[in-house]
Amino acid sequence: MISMACNIAGVPFKNPIIMASGTFGFGREYAEFYSPELLGGIVGKGLTLHPKAGNTGSRIHETASGMLNSVGLENPGVAAFLKDELDEMTRWNTAVIANVGGSNLEEYVQAVAMITENAQKRRTMNRRGVDMLELNISCPNVKQGGMQFGIQTEVARDVVRQVRNVTALPLVVKLSPNAENITQMAVMCEEEGADGVSLINTFSAMKIDIRRRRSVFTNTYAGLSGPAIKPIALRMVHQVAQAVSIPVIGMGGISSVEDIIEFTMAGAAAIQVGTYNFAHLHAGSELVYGLEQWMQREKVQSLDEIRGIL
Amino acid sequence: MANVISNVALVPGIYVMKIEGTFKGKMGQFYMLRSGTGYPLLPRPISIYDIGDEGISFLYRVVGEGTSLFSQLQPGQEIQLEGPFGNGFPQVEGSLALIGGGMGTAPLLLAAKHYPHAHVYLGFAQQAFGVDAFEAVAASVQVRVGGSIVERVDPHLYVNMFSCGPTPMLQALAMKTAGSSSRLYISTERHMACGIGACLGCTMHTREGNRRVCKEGPVFPVEEVDFDDLHGV
Repeated sequence: MISMACNIAGVPFKNPIIMASGTFGFGREYAEFYSPELLGGIVGKGLTLHPKAGNTGSRIHETASGMLNSVGLENPGVAAFLKDELDEMTRWNTAVIANVGGSNLEEYVQAVAMITENAQKRRTMNRRGVDMLELNISCPNVKQGGMQFGIQTEVARDVVRQVRNVTALPLVVKLSPNAENITQMAVMCEEEGADGVSLINTFSAMKIDIRRRRSVFTNTYAGLSGPAIKPIALRMVHQVAQAVSIPVIGMGGISSVEDIIEFTMAGAAAIQVGTYNFAHLHAGSELVYGLEQWMQREKVQSLDEIRGIL
Repeated sequence: MANVISNVALVPGIYVMKIEGTFKGKMGQFYMLRSGTGYPLLPRPISIYDIGDEGISFLYRVVGEGTSLFSQLQPGQEIQLEGPFGNGFPQVEGSLALIGGGMGTAPLLLAAKHYPHAHVYLGFAQQAFGVDAFEAVAASVQVRVGGSIVERVDPHLYVNMFSCGPTPMLQALAMKTAGSSSRLYISTERHMACGIGACLGCTMHTREGNRRVCKEGPVFPVEEVDFDDLHGV
């Protein structure tokens, strides 16, 4: 009997296919095309404490086998998420992960505290809340010197430590490939009590409009995702998985069942699908059915049989 | 997957592709089309040009690799499409003008079929195309090649106006309409990824706040549109 089930930090996932933050909204748009219940989990749109309008100008540009995005964390804010989106998300029988960002340390801590308090409150009422937190230290700027949180390990340590102090919810930290040393960053997350790490977020990248002689994006740089980054993501997941004992959720350009198998062999406990959702509206359901078929064909009863074999 | 029935160049670089099957869709809505399985990565949003019992048609210009691949499709070959998406033009009553510029004429043909009494204004920078399709269904069609078609439009004559075209044309029309009682709806364009409102890649700033071109749009009442934002893209 084949089982795709996995467990990350005590949270059960019916399969290892999770929809990545910012690529699946809060689920309701895709629910018109297939049931989110097929999926292992959904990471909601990146949240900040306060509503955020996101970036102006162009936000999307396609590249060779990838895309650049400069959405800028447009989101309704934590309070509106808890009030307007969470009921719908928890109605589906799939793990609900809240992705949290911030422009300074206090915002991170407050946002995480609010979500945690809400989850506790809902639990006392016998209602499902957020199952897991994914801390996004890959996008925003800190007060001190404008250094990105996700670049310097010791700057990121502060965020992970203080967030860990205010939540007992399973906590996964999403790592940036732009980090000065992504393995050190992952080890730090484990040291500070994170329950897992997910990687990789987008690469800082660029596109110039040569006719206008300026960057396509208002913020000059944007995040590169899609199949173009997959080989690098796979290498990073492999390195990190060997350096930590907490679960690693792999992502970066995953667009096929074979990609999922590769990430699993590299040591991923589960994977996230991002840009492929844009390329194929039914990506989630296709990958879930495809993975099951692959396991049957290859006579693999559980992904544990192949996980981290390299 | 669906079969291409025909794929014909109206003028160099501008094609009408007809796809076999029964499709839903109304004026101003769009489909996401892709001709390959893996490259280019993203499907392309193309507005519905025509729809009927035999299939659905799209008018498109070859601008990049995605549309270049479309142009190579032969009758009988397969294409993937999902839709219809977006809100489309509203149902209106009374006199109506349809004002299109260049490729912006594409989403107006269904409106012309839906409202045979409408007056159609078509503007082209260098070469007209697709005019006969409008002449076959509309009460009146005015065409201008070079210059501004907006100069020919008197907003005071119309209760409603639908428009699609280059941003400077839309803005000129908006300014001309401002002193009249005519209600102007414009169809906007933005790079898109998902096409269904999840990625927020096509978000446009409007006077009502952020709006997703693929979901709340692509058609907006002109009062909501922030032309500075449209120009910026």
